[in-house]
Amino acid sequence: MFNASISPNDILFMLRGAGVTLLLTFWAVLGGTLLGVAFGLLRATAPGWPSYALGTLLDVFRSVPLLIQLILATAFAPIAGLDWQPFTVACLVLAVYASAYCTEIVRGSILAVPLSTRRAARSLGLTWWDDLTVIVFPIALRVGLPSWMNLALGLMKDSALVLWLGIIELLRSSQIVVTRTQEPLLVLMIAGTIYFLISFPIARLGTWFETRWQVHD
Amino acid sequence: MIEIEDVHKSFGLLEVIKGVTMNVARGEVVSVIGGSGSGKSTLLMCVNGLEPINSGRILVDGTVVHARETDLNKLRTKIGIVFQQWNAFPHLTVLENVMLAPRKVLGKSRQDAEAVAVERLTHVGLADKLKVYPSKLSGGQQQRMAIARALAMSPDYMLLDEVTSALDPQLVGEVLDTLRLLSSEGMTMIVVTHEIRFARDVSNRVAFFHQGRIHEIGPPEQVIGSPRQPETMAFLKSVL
Ligand SMILES: Nc1ncnc2c1ncn2[C@@H]1O[C@H](COP(=O)(O)OP(=O)(O)O)[C@@H](O)[C@H]1O
Ligand SMILES: [Mg+2]
Repeated sequence: MFNASISPNDILFMLRGAGVTLLLTFWAVLGGTLLGVAFGLLRATAPGWPSYALGTLLDVFRSVPLLIQLILATAFAPIAGLDWQPFTVACLVLAVYASAYCTEIVRGSILAVPLSTRRAARSLGLTWWDDLTVIVFPIALRVGLPSWMNLALGLMKDSALVLWLGIIELLRSSQIVVTRTQEPLLVLMIAGTIYFLISFPIARLGTWFETRWQVHD
Repeated sequence: MIEIEDVHKSFGLLEVIKGVTMNVARGEVVSVIGGSGSGKSTLLMCVNGLEPINSGRILVDGTVVHARETDLNKLRTKIGIVFQQWNAFPHLTVLENVMLAPRKVLGKSRQDAEAVAVERLTHVGLADKLKVYPSKLSGGQQQRMAIARALAMSPDYMLLDEVTSALDPQLVGEVLDTLRLLSSEGMTMIVVTHEIRFARDVSNRVAFFHQGRIHEIGPPEQVIGSPRQPETMAFLKSVL
């Protein structure tokens, strides 16, 4: 039927694009989560103007479309004297973008831990740090995990925008194959399937954690 | 001994405690009664340094609670406190809830902490719930777990803040029985409560709080049996 013109090499090419998508997502999620935890902790535990200023700054990253951020960062990096590969710029922009969302997830999850629970912990003589690590984080993790999973899956799809920087990730590699083979529907179906195969295990893992922990609440 | 000396405490502009003086000797049980909003909970939280005070001072075994050089975390190991809301750590089993502070704060080994936790939980009648998560417990059981959790630190003092107020009536008795047991063992306690009969039976002294002050304090026969202040009478009438 209509798959005659797609060669194994085309599939391989797309899989290599999928690898780039995965790598981008990995760095964005890792960087975004680390920054997000640090920022979220600051936002939740140290109110006052630094926290407010940080919140406002992150609001900028949440409200300006990602594509604009990517293009501006690529344009300004050389001007700032930074000789970075497009892939590096893309990872950084995605990570900062992710951190803006992750900060709010972390902040909300920490604030969802009842003050009375924290008081009980402190009244037993637990230090501020013990309270945070042994009581607040484990409870907040259960609260925030679903939102964090959504963020990670969303990032994987949003990462397709870096094709505008000339990076050949899954979507861009699919476009190239479409141009060559003139089989848009089939190619996009394959690309969609690959996206799904990447997301599915992550989503299942999240559900697994949720049900595992739900028993305990 | 707990010595509370002319303590004043405000939240912003609202003065909640307006000069409270009270001593609690070793082995004594003092019940604190009084209307909602009169500052009873706030006072308890000042005693273990969860809340700062504006003036006056509080001493626990001679240590000034709000002095800069006081190690509050160390002081708090002497003072067990149980609140009105059940403050179980939901992600830990009953046993883990009780073992946590002995391990983290007192640095006990797992075996030692577990031995103490099992002993305290047995004491409050929860020996069969060790591996259960708190959400599977009734309110009364959660409250007894909170008491065991405080007792696992081997405190010299117990502060109890309306520990039965959030419970269904049929669960109040089991928690009060646990407190009676503690007092019979000589535990020093400040018990904020609306259970007047319990206060009368168990306390050495009763303090009636009114608008941030101790309005009347004395043995239960006096404060509950034949109160001198009209406000005390009115309050007792409203809760009995
Ligand atoms: N963290 C707080 N911030 C501001 N006001 C508070 C706070 N905690 C208690 N209050 C106020 O202090 C007063 C005394 O409260 P509380 O000590 O809880 O009274 P009680 O335990 O006797 O019912 C109340 O008016 C209450 O609204
Ligand atoms: Mg109260």
